[in-house]
Amino acid sequence: MASRATAVTRPRWNRPRPEGRARRIRDLTAEARREAAVIVRGLHYTVGRRIIFDGVDLDFPRGSVTAVMGPSGSGKTTLLRLITGQLRPGRGLVEVEGKDVAALSRREIYRMRRRMGMLFQNGALLTDLSVYENIAFPLREHTRLPERLLRHVVLTKLQAVGLRGAAWLMPAELSGGMARRVALARAIVMDPDLLIYDEPFVGLDPISMGVVLRLIRRLNDTLGLTSIVVSHDVREITAVADYCHLLSGGRIIASGPPAAVAGSDREDVRQFMHGLPDGPVPFHYPAPEYVEQLRQAH
Amino acid sequence: MPAPIVRELIESTLDALRALGAYALFAVRLAAETPRALLRFGLVVEQVHNAGALSLVIIMLSGLFVGMVLGLQGFDLLQRFGSEESLGTAAALGLLKELGPVITALLFAGRAGTALASELGLMRATDQLAAMEMMAVDPVRRVVMPRFLGGVIAMPLLAAIFSMIGIYGAQLVGVQLMGVDAGQFWSQMRDVVEFDDVIEGALKSVVFGVACSLVAVYEGYHSVPTAEGVGRATTRTVVISSVSVLLLDYMLTAVMI
Repeated sequence: MASRATAVTRPRWNRPRPEGRARRIRDLTAEARREAAVIVRGLHYTVGRRIIFDGVDLDFPRGSVTAVMGPSGSGKTTLLRLITGQLRPGRGLVEVEGKDVAALSRREIYRMRRRMGMLFQNGALLTDLSVYENIAFPLREHTRLPERLLRHVVLTKLQAVGLRGAAWLMPAELSGGMARRVALARAIVMDPDLLIYDEPFVGLDPISMGVVLRLIRRLNDTLGLTSIVVSHDVREITAVADYCHLLSGGRIIASGPPAAVAGSDREDVRQFMHGLPDGPVPFHYPAPEYVEQLRQAH
Repeated sequence: MPAPIVRELIESTLDALRALGAYALFAVRLAAETPRALLRFGLVVEQVHNAGALSLVIIMLSGLFVGMVLGLQGFDLLQRFGSEESLGTAAALGLLKELGPVITALLFAGRAGTALASELGLMRATDQLAAMEMMAVDPVRRVVMPRFLGGVIAMPLLAAIFSMIGIYGAQLVGVQLMGVDAGQFWSQMRDVVEFDDVIEGALKSVVFGVACSLVAVYEGYHSVPTAEGVGRATTRTVVISSVSVLLLDYMLTAVMI
């Protein structure tokens, strides 16, 4: 049955109660909840007639870096939006730190997001604020820290990403890699439990990519975070991830440590992990027979 | 009438009603957020500066030229009846009740309204609004409200400045150039123009301020996050604001006259 995307602002009384949610919540053991910061069970999500997720089960272990990989359009970013409560699942359960995201009110979702940090593909820095003010922004909005303490926190976070010297630059003066690092500093400024990266390596030069990769690992380990990294840069992300989930065709086709996923016998997994141009994911977009179409043109 | 045309007409009507409903809901949300937004008045003042102070030059220049034209045309017309000394009254009433609020609103839509819409549209296109959502900061509360209130507050101030400079322009042409008696010009104005006339203009400019600011923030906030989408939002802001101002002007004049 096709489910419908539900906006986050939909009133509580009008939200669908997906069948099986109660059972799935009951079935989750206390141990599973202890070990995983984010749990996804039986996730179905469609946009129009297009099935994005068709019964996805996932765990994101606490304290680890978990990569979500998959070809373009496989639903990686949609998964992040479901985890962060920007979208609601058609059916199934998305649980973050023991809370069913679909059942949360807008206020509760905001409360949950205070414990999350997210790095957007392009950094998404506020362009009218300096680097310093960008990082101070969540603190100014959510806390009443005295200016001196706030400065201390901001400079500490900038030091962690190596950009203390760039505190008074404007976002337009930063390179792509620097903007990504500033956004990372902003994402950790509220000391979140969960850090989410959406395609953090897109458009970065090799040096900046190496810096961001090291930061993902280092921040995860030193701050004791749970990190979810959505990427299709296989070589880079498997070098730092503890676990990988590979999405394709609305399902998880491989899960486990990077080495195990890379060594999988499945053709579709091999094609993705080794970047083969043709395979179960065809090189050609579906089209009429080639010669026939050329003839028709005449 | 062929069925497809009827169907298209019904769909267009429904689309227009939907858009109107969405505007109404957004307006209700902004109204509900207003008391809270006023508590962070620093953010509002910043936007009064952006929408108001930065539009000042264009408003003052336009006011001066409109006033000067009014002086010329008014003098030409009144001379035919031998009542040039009423030029001050005619210019003041025209500017305070009509031209000041209306032209200021049209200029505001073109200058500050487009700036607001494109700024919000670009914030949407570059994920800045989504980033705020992820930081548990409501973009409507933090970004839209101060801009909306900034526009609402700036508009009557700009209209007042427009009218003031316009009257000076009319005096410049009428008294300095055409030789109307300065004493007659000012004293007739003081005798005839009443406080209610000033209030009528002020009320109009507040209503236009709400309309123009609402259109600008709505179009910008709901723009499609692409370059084309932002461009379209900006164009729609000017078109919808201008038509709304002229429509509201007629309705308000009909009620208050």
